[in-house]
Amino acid sequence: MKRLINLRINGVTYPVEVEPRERLLDVVRYKLDITGPKEGCGTGDCGACTMLIDGKPVTSCLMLAVSTAGREITTVEGLARPGELNDLQRAFVELTAVQCGVCIPGFLVNATALLRENPNPTEEEIRAWLQGNLCRCTGYTKIVDAVMEAARRINARPSPETA
Amino acid sequence: MHAFDYLEPVTVAEACAMLADHGPRARPLAGGTDLLIQMEMGKVRPEAVVHLGRIEALRGIEWDPQAGLRISAGVTLREVETHPIIRERYPALATAAQVVGSVQIRNLGTLVGNLCNASPSADTSPALLALDGQVEIASPTESFTIPVAEFWTGPGQMVLQPGQLVTGVRLPVPTPSLRTWYYKLAVRKAMDLAMVGVCVALEPRNGSARRVRIALGAVAPTCLRARHAEQLAEQGEITNGCLEAIAEAAVAATSPISDQRASADYRRAMVGSLTRRAFTQLLR
Repeated sequence: MKRLINLRINGVTYPVEVEPRERLLDVVRYKLDITGPKEGCGTGDCGACTMLIDGKPVTSCLMLAVSTAGREITTVEGLARPGELNDLQRAFVELTAVQCGVCIPGFLVNATALLRENPNPTEEEIRAWLQGNLCRCTGYTKIVDAVMEAARRINARPSPETA
Repeated sequence: MHAFDYLEPVTVAEACAMLADHGPRARPLAGGTDLLIQMEMGKVRPEAVVHLGRIEALRGIEWDPQAGLRISAGVTLREVETHPIIRERYPALATAAQVVGSVQIRNLGTLVGNLCNASPSADTSPALLALDGQVEIASPTESFTIPVAEFWTGPGQMVLQPGQLVTGVRLPVPTPSLRTWYYKLAVRKAMDLAMVGVCVALEPRNGSARRVRIALGAVAPTCLRARHAEQLAEQGEITNGCLEAIAEAAVAATSPISDQRASADYRRAMVGSLTRRAFTQLLR
């Protein structure tokens, strides 16, 4: 049976009718047209669907939308103001950490959570944190470099903007 | 995914009543990292899903220097992994939680969910066995605890009756001299299931050991303790010959299968090897 829930995504509240069996990822992509999060595997292995729920990175393919009503959800669209890039995104572009791009929204969202929790991660810490994000193009080296570069830029600024 | 009734109790009593009403056709939902995959694949088709996320009483980790540790059913693996008391006093459990899946999975999945999925290769189960964990179970009429070692009856199978819900796990206060060792043998560091998991806990005493626990994962239909090997290890000084006998007894406790991850022979060999390594490091 359908029920009306309020999903709070990137600071906006969306009333949406869902069936309990609908996954968060599908509701966000196909009912709300927020298509940054991607479906790679559908089993929580690849990380392309990563969103933040109350600030914590999770695989949205393994969540029922109905369970997330009222919680604070962030997708890649919510990382910077529309039309702008934040430090992390800019570092991904400048260091060519992006090739086909399908995995990148998941990497950006998960790396955002890392930098909030650990503003000065080592390479090893970045690799450990991003273990649940798969990229079939880049070989990861440039992705890790981009996260390190973003951390440097954020920390170099007198009044740091949130990554 | 098939359609189902989605129920959201706010108390444990309500949850138990809902589970009792629907009997075996209901499944409790905690993190969902196992259940939702099984439902998506059509392997399980519960007619009612009882979501536990709105039950306040199932949140939190409680530590009492006399009573020990209590981890509620809603506590995520990430919370276990990062909790200062668990890292300090139950490092084997913190490590076991840390090797599950990825940070995204650990923010969803719960310790109790890992227990109740009853996979023989569950990463946290050997640690719960070696640390003398107790499972706290509630039903519409009573609540009680049983040892973790008596909880599973087979792969995906446990002693729970309809209407019963695991509300948490309890661990006794570790003695000051207790040392633990945990190893997950897997091909990849992340997003992989264990080929073999070994957790050993003991109190070293001048080359011998007391309170020995040898817990094994992924080598039998359930995680288990190698009790004969534990007894051998408590009989006196652990010489090289004695260690060989302990390792052999640990292997004898297993009944592994061959699958895509490893052959039964390899699993047996690794149980012996990792048991020897555990004792060598813990008694050093």
